[in-house]
Amino acid sequence: MPNALRDHAVDNLRYIRETMERASAFTSIPGWGGFLIGITALATTAIAEPMTAWNPRGWLMTWLAEAVIAAVIGGVTMRRKGLRAETPFMSGAARRFFISYFAPLIAGAVMTLALIRGGTLEPLPSVWLLLYGAAFVSSGAFSIRVIPVMGFCFMIFGTAAAFVPLAVGNLLLGAAFGGLHIIFGLKIARNYGG
Amino acid sequence: MAAKTARKVVEAYVPDFDRLIHEKTRLAIVSALAVNPTLTFNELKAILKTTDGNVSVHTRKLEDANYLTCRKSFEGRVPRTEYSLTAAGRRALQRYLDHMEALINNVRTG
Repeated sequence: MPNALRDHAVDNLRYIRETMERASAFTSIPGWGGFLIGITALATTAIAEPMTAWNPRGWLMTWLAEAVIAAVIGGVTMRRKGLRAETPFMSGAARRFFISYFAPLIAGAVMTLALIRGGTLEPLPSVWLLLYGAAFVSSGAFSIRVIPVMGFCFMIFGTAAAFVPLAVGNLLLGAAFGGLHIIFGLKIARNYGG
Repeated sequence: MAAKTARKVVEAYVPDFDRLIHEKTRLAIVSALAVNPTLTFNELKAILKTTDGNVSVHTRKLEDANYLTCRKSFEGRVPRTEYSLTAAGRRALQRYLDHMEALINNVRTG
């Protein structure tokens, strides 16, 4: 009986911890949305690669268009997953997630404008990957466990992109925005309900 | 069956045991509110993955014990019910956690 008693107490503590984690986590991260963003990012990489040599402005516009497409895919699929799971978008967990997610992205947008204004496009892949990764690392504290891991992976690619020319930076953008989104998107879709 | 027996034994072993939050749904409500300043009725329902009736019944019992406060308002024309944990509720959860830890340690050393 003492062992049953101990197991019961351990189960109760685990139940409390799991409930607290569920109550403080934003779980409507769209796996299939991430997968789709990965596919469009791979297409963008192929379209943008030849422009790195002779049309850097065209390269920039191509990736900015991809950012808009990705934001629409992410927004729509997140909303659909949230509605399906009846997860409120203005809950405390969601608010904390979005604040820590958008802060690095806003920093990235400001840095992008500053670099375009200075006529230096080469650091852009690194800036985008590092700050996009930082957005997932910081917001991952309020979400499912795989999110900060994905963020760290983006930051590794961002670090590598800081020391290469634009043509290689473009390929690293494809490997991260394409490859990582596809890999982690499938993982999230399989393990976290779509 | 084994869980039910263990539950009864826990209650027998600990003299000042709080039966009110020992019930699973009520324990989940108190735990969820311990990490959120407020939660709406619908948020609690989503976290607990349970029915409207179940949330109503158990929040009412916790309210009666002064473990929760409930605030009703309107968002446009939609009624909104918001719950928060009282100081007494927070103390009750802390006592409950202490009891569980004590049980684990006693069995280990005993």
